[in-house]
Amino acid sequence: MITAAIADSGWFDAGQLPTFIASLISIAIVLYTTYHRRSREKFKIREIAGLNAVEEAIGRATEMARPILYTPGWGGDIQRPTTIASLNILSHVAEKTAGYDCRLLFPTHDPVIMTVAQEVIKESYSRAGYPDRYRPDDITYVSSSQFGYAAAVEGLISRQKPASVFLLGTFEAESLIMAETGNIAGSIQIAGTDSTIQLAFFIVACDYTLIGEELFAASGYLSKDQSILASINAQDIMKVVMVAFLILAIASAFLFPTSEWWSF
Amino acid sequence: MVRLFPQVLCAAFGTTLFILYFLKHSSAKSLYLTITNDYWQIIFAFTLIVGVISFLKVNFNKIIRGEDRPYLLVGVLGMIAMPVLAFMWGIKGDSPFMWVFENVQVPMQATVFSLLAFFVASASLRGFRARSVPAAILLISALIALISRSDVLGYLPQPVHEFSDWFRSFPSMAARRAILIGIGLGSLTTSLRVILGIERTWLGKER
Repeated sequence: MITAAIADSGWFDAGQLPTFIASLISIAIVLYTTYHRRSREKFKIREIAGLNAVEEAIGRATEMARPILYTPGWGGDIQRPTTIASLNILSHVAEKTAGYDCRLLFPTHDPVIMTVAQEVIKESYSRAGYPDRYRPDDITYVSSSQFGYAAAVEGLISRQKPASVFLLGTFEAESLIMAETGNIAGSIQIAGTDSTIQLAFFIVACDYTLIGEELFAASGYLSKDQSILASINAQDIMKVVMVAFLILAIASAFLFPTSEWWSF
Repeated sequence: MVRLFPQVLCAAFGTTLFILYFLKHSSAKSLYLTITNDYWQIIFAFTLIVGVISFLKVNFNKIIRGEDRPYLLVGVLGMIAMPVLAFMWGIKGDSPFMWVFENVQVPMQATVFSLLAFFVASASLRGFRARSVPAAILLISALIALISRSDVLGYLPQPVHEFSDWFRSFPSMAARRAILIGIGLGSLTTSLRVILGIERTWLGKER
């Protein structure tokens, strides 16, 4: 009723009503799981091989005295949730590399991401108790051009031979160029992206691939923060709601072929 | 205070953009576009200066140390030469800037892109080994799709094309949509965590 009243007011875009309702339901579920159930329940998350391998990848680099390369891909800017998710993982990786005194290379195509990454890594090094080990020169802007960036990262992998490569973020055609170069260099590779096309390339070229939502769950998984884990639990509830809606819509389409309430 | 102010700013802009997205009034649309386009371009322009300075500083330091000197010299030379050419002779069709762009930069980009063909072949060779039942299904599906798309001079029977189209439209699309739903929900919760201040890693705040 409230949404109908808003729609009638002339300000609200009625074409966006289904999206608006779905957003409100999703927000309500996230708020409920995060703030109401948090104190009563301990959320558990299934084992994710790619995230379990983060420690192994950093340990390997330390043992081999070779750097780690972490790059968020060319496809995303700082506004994209995938980039934020990637920077959250970067924070955990940086904290570990600081502890092990392992060099962390972070080439990027976007100066905004570079600036944020510098802050995230610097803070992670301070949090680990080793601010002196932070090397700002290793977090670099290379090029905004897609293949300029790909060539720069490819060159860096070929010359520096990193023991571990993290390809986490939004990738486009450059994904396989980097992943295959890492493979040739013998690096252990952990990848994850929101691009379903590039996922196929990562699955064949990398050792571990975070598929779809696993990338977004990584922050909670690595930090074990109950609030973040609760919001991941909200995703599962939303999936149940969506499946219920789909079953209802399919049943309705079969039983009442002329009814199209589910179509928007 | 250092972390509270950015968090409040983030929450305010996140909530405002969410509301503006659903409004159709011209002033609301205008404000939405101003924030997402104009503000973004201003921020990008300033950080680009930071990025370029960082690029030059990092590369000059490495050149002095003698680390990867030939590669870095090419990079720095390109970074300095292109703006100089643009300022001196402009960026019109017959300018030196455009000549360098079309005869140096574009071929170099095409070269890097063409590497993809070789990498696809080498990655496919590894990926399509039938070591398990799922890998065998992947291999057979890929072969059928490949044969169907290449068509073998038009001699392929119609059922092969039909099976290939069915496979791409239904099982493959179903799996893809499942991943996309997960990505959508993951993006939504990540955004909400940032707006609500649950996720503060980007601020460098210890949880």
